[in-house]
Amino acid sequence: MIREYKTIEEVAGPLMLIKQVDGVKYDELGEIELPSGEIRRCRVLEVNGRNVLVQLFDSAAGLNLAQSRVRFMGHGVELPVSEHMLGRVMNGLGEPIDGGAPLPRDCCRDINGTPMNPAARHYPSEFIETGVSTIDGLNTLVRGQKLPIFSGSGLPHAQLAAQIARQAKVRGTDEKFAVVFAAVGITFEEADFFISDFKKTGAIDRTVLFINLASDPAIERITTPRMALTAAEHLAFDCDMHVLVIMTDITNYAEALREVSAARKEVPGRRGYPGYLYTDLATMYERAGRKAGSNGSITMIPILSMPEDDKTHPIPDLTGYITEGQIILSRELYRKGFLPPVDLLPSLSRLKDKGIGVGKTREDHAGTMNQLFAGYARGKEAKELMVVLGEAALSPIDRLYAKFADAFEAEYVNQGFTERRTIEETLDLGWKLLSILPRTELKRIKPELVDKYYKGE
Amino acid sequence: MIEGRILKVSGPLVIAEGMREANMFDVVRVGDAKLIGEIIEMHGDRASIQVYEETAGLGRGDVVISTGAPLSVELGPGLISSIYDGIQRPLETMAEKYGANIRRGIDEPALNRDKKWFFTPTASYGDEVQAGDVLGFVEETPVIRHKIMVPPGKSGTVAEIHAGTFTVTDTVGKLKRKDGTVEPITLMQKWPVRRARPIAEKLPPVEPLISGQRVIDALFPLAKGGTACVPGPFGSGKTVVQHQLAKWSDVDLVVYIGCGERGNEMTDVLREFPELTDPRTGKSLMARTVLIANTSDMPVAAREASVYTGITIAEYYRDMGLSVAVIADSTSRWAEALREMSGRLEEMPGEEGYPAYLTSRLAQFYERAGKTVCLGADRRIGTLSAIGAVSPQGGDISEPVTQATLRIVKVFWGLDSSLAYRRHFPAINWLNSYSLYRDRLTDWFGENIATDWIAKTGEIARILGQESDLQEIVKLVGADALSPDDRMTLETAQSIREDFLQQNAFDGDDSYTSLAKMYALMNLIFSFDKKARAALALGADVSDIAALPVRERIGRAKAVPEATYQTVFAEIENEVDAALAALPKGGTV
Repeated sequence: MIREYKTIEEVAGPLMLIKQVDGVKYDELGEIELPSGEIRRCRVLEVNGRNVLVQLFDSAAGLNLAQSRVRFMGHGVELPVSEHMLGRVMNGLGEPIDGGAPLPRDCCRDINGTPMNPAARHYPSEFIETGVSTIDGLNTLVRGQKLPIFSGSGLPHAQLAAQIARQAKVRGTDEKFAVVFAAVGITFEEADFFISDFKKTGAIDRTVLFINLASDPAIERITTPRMALTAAEHLAFDCDMHVLVIMTDITNYAEALREVSAARKEVPGRRGYPGYLYTDLATMYERAGRKAGSNGSITMIPILSMPEDDKTHPIPDLTGYITEGQIILSRELYRKGFLPPVDLLPSLSRLKDKGIGVGKTREDHAGTMNQLFAGYARGKEAKELMVVLGEAALSPIDRLYAKFADAFEAEYVNQGFTERRTIEETLDLGWKLLSILPRTELKRIKPELVDKYYKGE
Repeated sequence: MIEGRILKVSGPLVIAEGMREANMFDVVRVGDAKLIGEIIEMHGDRASIQVYEETAGLGRGDVVISTGAPLSVELGPGLISSIYDGIQRPLETMAEKYGANIRRGIDEPALNRDKKWFFTPTASYGDEVQAGDVLGFVEETPVIRHKIMVPPGKSGTVAEIHAGTFTVTDTVGKLKRKDGTVEPITLMQKWPVRRARPIAEKLPPVEPLISGQRVIDALFPLAKGGTACVPGPFGSGKTVVQHQLAKWSDVDLVVYIGCGERGNEMTDVLREFPELTDPRTGKSLMARTVLIANTSDMPVAAREASVYTGITIAEYYRDMGLSVAVIADSTSRWAEALREMSGRLEEMPGEEGYPAYLTSRLAQFYERAGKTVCLGADRRIGTLSAIGAVSPQGGDISEPVTQATLRIVKVFWGLDSSLAYRRHFPAINWLNSYSLYRDRLTDWFGENIATDWIAKTGEIARILGQESDLQEIVKLVGADALSPDDRMTLETAQSIREDFLQQNAFDGDDSYTSLAKMYALMNLIFSFDKKARAALALGADVSDIAALPVRERIGRAKAVPEATYQTVFAEIENEVDAALAALPKGGTV
């Protein structure tokens, strides 16, 4: 039953109030027909008696209270899913924009998904070799993980994400993979960078793109990532593929959410973002993972730009509390020309411990990882001290640490966006650098492994 | 039966009319899908209901039915080793029956109705029993003997009681009350989660909760029956600290509440705990663990309920005279759930949008912990310790949830991101953390471990404090400006930090340290300090002492297995003596 109403009472910002409505459900999808015949979409935010508050996905320009009609569709926002999505380009509402045929609608999914039962999850533990030393060696990514990149304006997060998408593979397997890419309010150029990169490597045929550019309606950004995740869930859990989801930029998403929240005059949390931002972000991020009854997986790399490079801003902060680690980019390293400029000390992969070691990478991985981190941290401290007091004030051992930190940045961190290092190459490079330090300093590595791999005197 | 109709739907909040007869905090079923909700406000015949499931698809006019009972948990054999959601639905059963995702409107009993338990009565016919008296027991797991108790508020004479195998709903006996009515006794009882279970008396806690974590047990100990909080920014290792406490604490039972946290973390606990053995009993850790998982993507209202569900289960086991620990990760997510509901109710916000009653709700939660004389004639003693993680936004502990928590709890383990960046784990900052139980526990440590335990651990804190002062000077003028004695203090402090406080949760032998080994390790470090200072007095050089290879052995001492540490530590002592004796001594004495 399609119900049509001509009782629009108010339009303010992205919100519209319709009166004398019956039988409309919370979160239902609606269509607004303008006098010109143009169709726009909306979603129910609140049912209050016979009043219904909806959120417009598009601008309200041209909307006429007297003559526009609203139809409610009897279901929530849905995406038709199938393997035919691969290679296609869609807008933020899931409509094809590449001029190709419409997608078959025989299997439609609600884009909100349902929470995964923690008792039915499989713990992610399969090592993904990305070919990037700072990730493989120190912040190891595993299948089913959600590992965001915290970046800032002007930093090369797109290049790093594209490098991961291009190089990542699980060794010794030849399983079906796919990439789902969601552009959330980014510029044409940035989106084009990804698309050309996928085209160049031929990955485009295995990619589903959801594009909401900076010029597209802001409120559509609220659905874009969920469209992408719904597509990813279908490919991963129905088609048994290993899906890498890249979403950029989450900051734009959160701002769209704030816009709606402000229009509803909700009590704000920090910096004007709604109090439910954490829960809202979690319902997206938590859709990554592996689960019982399916061989596929969703690995997620959300990208967000930290306003003023501030990690404590609500968006990176709440993201960090949900995701399983974070890769943080550093402006200082970028200025030095070290690429990818991964700021290692605050970066972290929480799932690394179960993805490394004998049978996965190599026996010495865990020990060298801790040692490299500790050594780099101490070296950086020594260098700070050196700036204040001069090199002469450092103890001989601290001087070695300072030297180690410099070499570490120049060789280990700095590898460029085209080089692909195997995990063995990364680990061996680690040992080469650790050999700058005397053997007695390597307290975090088991003695027998030091015997086997240490190259210093 | 009270039946109302929906008037308003806004996220997890539903307002229904025609509910005048319903009670506050009654559980209701909402809509055709029979979603579970709870009445949290009444205005005339309108009830505000928080719904524990996703509300998409609800509309005006949908039916709301009150069950007439408040949100309650089922208490009986079968709780242990289970994983429940925030309103005690069994997640494993749901995964088997309904697939890997949580659909709406699922109604599954918390305790398995088919499973049979062997009940051994200890009370007999004609016994006069009061609330809390033990009627018999069930061997629930190899380590937990589950006492079947007379539920609070009931008493009478045992009119019938049988040994045998029963399900949780079978009648195992009968209780004849004073007024002559007869009531069946079952293995299961129910209790509303928002009410603390009654106790006879509260006692001050005097015994430590031994966690096997060196920085905690030595510097900031928690008492059995005490309360603690672990605030820290993301990436500082909150969850690992909580997992370590759940694994190694010397309590009889752990209730682990994953409240609004990551799904994979709960999966990790669920997969890992069955394979770990409890160092005290040699049995699987899962045999003493109850899990509550309301992950961040699960409905927010159920998250609010999850901490109450968890602590009620913990209280039930405490009532058996056991020592129980509740670990909640994270109370900030619970506070956010409160804030979200408060916002939807259009209440006047307090600080940062949190409701004004945040502090009192937090206090109510932590006050359910304690050392108590339980109900029952035998006056058995149980303890309930509560440990809550706090996730302050931006790592800034001046935010309302952390501050409200700090006013209540007695132990503060402050996690520090700069320590975490240096991979100093557990990243508990030794300068600003505190434990208000140290004084109360002095006697226990003196009697059971060593008379100078408190003195020695106090010395550790003193040296670390001194180090921080000295570091200020080093930053200004360099280490060379310090006296040899002060430089030795820096060396010892570094040794304390790296060789004692740092503990690798993922290393088999380092993950747990007994108090005896902890004491020996402290002595090893202090003894080196003492001997080195003696050598300094004889004219040895600090740099030479710092560079001694034997220090590497001290550094590895923490990972020496419990079985052999005494011999190995003695060996190291000898080596220290030899190494220091061999040092060149300059100048005259």
